[in-house]
Amino acid sequence: MSEYPLYEVFVRSKHGLNHKHVGSVHAIDDAMAMENARELYTRRCEGVSIWVVPSKMITASALDDKEALFDPSQDKIYRHASFYELPDEVGHM
Amino acid sequence: MYAQLVETGVKKVKSIDEMNKDESEFQAKIDAEIKIEAKNWMPDAYRKTLIRQISQHAHSEIVGMLPEGNWLTRAPTLKRKLQLLAKIQDEAGHGLYLYSAMETLGADRDTEIEKLHSGKAKYSSIFNYPTLNWTDMGAIGWLVDGAAIVNQVVLQRTSYGPYSRAMVRICKEESFHQRQGYEILLTIMRHGTKAQKAMVQDSINRLWWPSLMMFGPTDDDSPNSKQSLAWKIKRKSNDELRQMFIDQTIPQLEFLGCTVPDPDLKWNEETGHYDFGNIDWDEFYAVLKGNGPCNQERLAKRKNAIDQGAWVREAAVAYANKHKIEAI
Repeated sequence: MSEYPLYEVFVRSKHGLNHKHVGSVHAIDDAMAMENARELYTRRCEGVSIWVVPSKMITASALDDKEALFDPSQDKIYRHASFYELPDEVGHM
Repeated sequence: MYAQLVETGVKKVKSIDEMNKDESEFQAKIDAEIKIEAKNWMPDAYRKTLIRQISQHAHSEIVGMLPEGNWLTRAPTLKRKLQLLAKIQDEAGHGLYLYSAMETLGADRDTEIEKLHSGKAKYSSIFNYPTLNWTDMGAIGWLVDGAAIVNQVVLQRTSYGPYSRAMVRICKEESFHQRQGYEILLTIMRHGTKAQKAMVQDSINRLWWPSLMMFGPTDDDSPNSKQSLAWKIKRKSNDELRQMFIDQTIPQLEFLGCTVPDPDLKWNEETGHYDFGNIDWDEFYAVLKGNGPCNQERLAKRKNAIDQGAWVREAAVAYANKHKIEAI
């Protein structure tokens, strides 16, 4: 099986929700990846739609970049609604 | 437990003072219940222990299909046959979830399966016992899957993310397995003939002790547990899990109107648990070493399945290559 490429599997559990990563399968081509994903991850109405993506096609952020990528959001607290104080009289906004 | 006697290769658990910076940061994450993900730094021994444990767990799921496969063509009704088919398909699925989780650690699936076939890798001792009559399908679902659930529910909190997520998925499905097994036994105990009821008791008699052995050696004889617990690969000790299983199973046994083959089993008012007799550990180690009643048969079947299926896998490769060329 190892010579079969790895695919990542994403399932949309209900209409209106995002596809979510659920795991991976080995398959020799896209069609087989779809069949394997169906058999393995949706035996009990777990979803309404499946995506299969060759794992090697995914570019992931590197762990070392964590600070560079995500820390700045911590400095920009004015991007959050809770930063702005409004008098109670204004009510819910 | 589906993974018994998982070696950590560690003689003594390091104290914080003895750890280097990477190790102490890693342990701090574990202690803070932060899940470890595939790309995070981890001690080599942690990675190797996980590969051993997850592959053993996966092998158990796959070999575990065989004792039940024995009764597929002889299920008493079409309904029971469909249920058993669905359960066995689930076991295959569980094996595949686990092999995928194992691969995130950099292990190669074929290499690990080869270790199973050559006898280097273990799988749960329970699957080396024969399934002699239909009631064994009930007793396996109820006792064996029941014991697996006790272990796996706790493993949902294991420290390695992909393993933990596979466990969550597996636990959702296991409950069906246990209930269908218990229902098989309950149906026979309510509506069966005297001879059929005797078969239920016979199944329990044969499978009770091997089910208790699934949790692995006693804590005193489990030298690897300490490190696995410190890394939170394991979350509860073998003896704790075994006791949990016994405590929850005995009331179900009494409801069936059956007994277990243990004269020492009795409720202990003081501890709030059941006391039970001594487990035959010689038998456990013999089965684990490959000398159980069905070890050779099980491995031969697995090897045969891989060998006989080789042409199908090769044909799929040839088909895919042909269509790639046509596409160009």
